[in-house]
Amino acid sequence: MTDLTTTMAPDSIDRSDDIRHARRRVTTGIVKHVLMIAASLFMIYPLLWMLVSSLRPTEVIFRTPGLLLTDFYVANYIDGWTALTHPFHTYLLNSAIITVACIFGNIVSCALAAFAFARLKFRGRNIFFAIMLLTLMLPWHVTVVPQYIMFSQLDWVNTFWPLILPKLLATDAFFVFLMVQFIRGIPRDMDEAAKIDGCGQFRIFFSIIVPLLTPAMATTAIFTFIQTWNEFFGPLIYLTRSEKWTVSVALRQFLDSESASNWGAMFAMSIVSLIPVFLVFLFGQRFLVKGIATTGIK
Amino acid sequence: MSALSELSAMRSKGRRLTPAERRQRARENNRDGVAGYVFLLPWLVGLLGITLIPMLGSLYLAFTDYNLLQPPEFTGVANFVRMIDDTRLHQSLKVTFTYVIVSTPIQLAVALAIALLLDKGMRGLAFYRSVFYLPSLLGSSVAIAVLWRQIFGTQGLFNQILGVLGLPSNIGWISSPDTALGAIILLHVWTFGAPMIIFLAGLRQIPSMYYEAAQVDGATKWHQFVHITIPLLSPIIFFNLTLQIIGAFQSFTQAFIVSNGSGGPSDSTLFYSLYLYQQGFRQFSMGYASAMAWLLLLIIAAFTALNFLIAKYWVFYDD
Repeated sequence: MTDLTTTMAPDSIDRSDDIRHARRRVTTGIVKHVLMIAASLFMIYPLLWMLVSSLRPTEVIFRTPGLLLTDFYVANYIDGWTALTHPFHTYLLNSAIITVACIFGNIVSCALAAFAFARLKFRGRNIFFAIMLLTLMLPWHVTVVPQYIMFSQLDWVNTFWPLILPKLLATDAFFVFLMVQFIRGIPRDMDEAAKIDGCGQFRIFFSIIVPLLTPAMATTAIFTFIQTWNEFFGPLIYLTRSEKWTVSVALRQFLDSESASNWGAMFAMSIVSLIPVFLVFLFGQRFLVKGIATTGIK
Repeated sequence: MSALSELSAMRSKGRRLTPAERRQRARENNRDGVAGYVFLLPWLVGLLGITLIPMLGSLYLAFTDYNLLQPPEFTGVANFVRMIDDTRLHQSLKVTFTYVIVSTPIQLAVALAIALLLDKGMRGLAFYRSVFYLPSLLGSSVAIAVLWRQIFGTQGLFNQILGVLGLPSNIGWISSPDTALGAIILLHVWTFGAPMIIFLAGLRQIPSMYYEAAQVDGATKWHQFVHITIPLLSPIIFFNLTLQIIGAFQSFTQAFIVSNGSGGPSDSTLFYSLYLYQQGFRQFSMGYASAMAWLLLLIIAAFTALNFLIAKYWVFYDD
């Protein structure tokens, strides 16, 4: 529809033809929007329905496909909060601790590695870089068993270390790659100028690269947040004691306890678990879109 | 643009150098030697301790019988021989292949179609993009898998809607072995937002003059799509395809939650990762689980290699 003005430029030779053309554009525009709105609704409907259902008594959930909410059944949230072995904030806190630690680890360790790959010259760099890219495609299966053995011998089962330590060691190659790409885009003139002024590589990193790298760090932080918050397999194998559970593992308990039939409470706590991710999505979208476009992370 | 193109570009090397030149080059290439390794230290430790040594460990364990309590006992190729008769393993391979081969192309086709519709600065683009993207952020969570369990249950949302429409609504989609996998595939397709964003970024790279020139020559929209969009977007389609296939082979959470860890009904959602989890962390057959892990690595490597091979015939590089 915004194209109207350009198509109807006054210096056109045949105006009637242009008007016809413009009309057709408007119609296809409307058709497109109708299609898009329908598709959006289809995509978002399950989420809206879960939100609405979390405020309905369980027996109503199972016979109401609509979204109209007559009254707010908050009891689901109150019941759900205490339905599991521990109150739900225990799990929220565990998830939060792990997530914050992983974000910190990824930002620091990936930035260090990325600077080395993007700016420094040292023997073996290209080989290491190729290995780093290859680890992007490595399935977690081939390392998980020995890692488990190693961490259980360190007596780290039922601690958060097995989930945090790998992030402190830049094992998320995606973020290293993201930051390498970003640093390559920073003009070298500034490094060179700093070098002439007698700055070493450490000064260059901390006073030039790090401040300019903040957008890539924000992207890394946001993706790490979502991945860690949603992560299920790691917490499932490493956190077996219920007071250590993360939100993901705790939600699972709804499926096999006697509360298996309490869908209202289950939905309520599922919504609670999604709120942080949703908020990050809302405020961090710009970084997410940029990050995916440059590296292709999920 | 991508890690993949970077990796394939690294193979090309320049001319042969004289020894003097080589020494000079080596000195030049090691200019920041110490600083380089210092910055790379955490990554190097991680590569060794978290990736390479465990990889070797799992390769060794693949030839042993190990239950975490007694020391590993070397059994040669026994684990691999056991695979030949392990019908649940065959089932898990079948389920996983079906999942990868069905869900990846559908997901990418939807992502591309929506990206094409969204392209060209449509009004409200940012809004639609957000709506389509949101599911791919939430989709890997346990909460959404729980939701899916309800939606496709006997009395779930899907059947309720079918009922409103007057259609038969008594099938338990998740409790029936014929349809349970379909429900999980649908969940995967629902998360098409991430590849869609990559497509959108790729479409923006195509110079509009190509389309203008084609229009002047009287090419239809379809011709423009086939002869301009597809070839110029092919590196990105390839990138998405490769990564999505690798990712799909490793799916775990959705099948675990939907079947509550069993892979049922009748092993119809027994994903490879789920079976590996059952073997390694339920039965503590860690040797067998390691053997399975290496089989998966080989399968993924073969698929990726095949992908790269076929790419020669359809992926078009502009430069």
